Amino acid sequence: MSEHEREETETQEQRNLGFWLYLMSDAVIFALLFATYAIMIRGTDGGPTGKQLFDLNNAALETVLLLVSSTTFGFASLSARTGNRGGAIGWLAVTFLLGVGFVFLEVREFAGMIAVGAGPDRSGFLSAFFTLVGTHGVHVTMGLLWILIMSAQIVLKGLTAPVVSRLYRLGLFWHFLDIAWVGIFSIVYLPGLL
Amino acid sequence: MEQHGLRTYLIGFVLAVVLSVIPFWLVATHALPPRRTLLIIGIAALLQVMVHLRFFLHLNFRTTPKENMLALMFTTLMIFIMVGGSYWIMFDLHQRMMT
Repeated sequence: MSEHEREETETQEQRNLGFWLYLMSDAVIFALLFATYAIMIRGTDGGPTGKQLFDLNNAALETVLLLVSSTTFGFASLSARTGNRGGAIGWLAVTFLLGVGFVFLEVREFAGMIAVGAGPDRSGFLSAFFTLVGTHGVHVTMGLLWILIMSAQIVLKGLTAPVVSRLYRLGLFWHFLDIAWVGIFSIVYLPGLL
Repeated sequence: MEQHGLRTYLIGFVLAVVLSVIPFWLVATHALPPRRTLLIIGIAALLQVMVHLRFFLHLNFRTTPKENMLALMFTTLMIFIMVGGSYWIMFDLHQRMMT
């Protein structure tokens, strides 16, 4: 390994640690939004409760989309590591479409709730719900944007070491969002519909 | 970096599916009393988070840098203190307001 390559590897490793630290701070934000939600859950102010508003099938479908997208992202990472450019872009495209499906379902759910007067301004419970689930949705949307940028970089620059390294960090982000979703369906939707 | 192949992702996927289907199925069918269902939802969620960390984020005690593991453990501690503390304060306050 040349001096330049070693420096390059070191820089990428530092970036990996930095990004990991960002994810940990993001985990703290999500944990506190979960705590807020759990505390506000009874604060419905006589308005609709989770049981009346949530739809189990919708939550299940969102879970499927995000879990499959996490797996297809894994396939993209594998393709990128073996230098398979077409495979990496193809799997990223599949991941992107699944993510778009997820965001679509979430926006449709939000719009449906707001249409029946159950928006974030209705009660403390709904404020906490929209903040928690909405924050996750914004993260997924940012992830989608990042997937587009990453795909463009793979097309334009090829699978160079910096590009593969960035793809690795995008993978951390995407898999992390699936973990946050496990928390959301286990704390918001399932107990709400019990 | 450890070489994690296709198998790792597929094992993770299957485990995550199993750990999602169980709680969703219990809520859909009301097969168990609510308290027990809640407990199972909690256990399945914790297990699934660990499955994701191990099979998708490839966290393990051999190849993951020590700094990353330390950061994760510190974050877990912080979350425990902040979430547990919020709960403690709010429920104590609730009790005092009610009596």
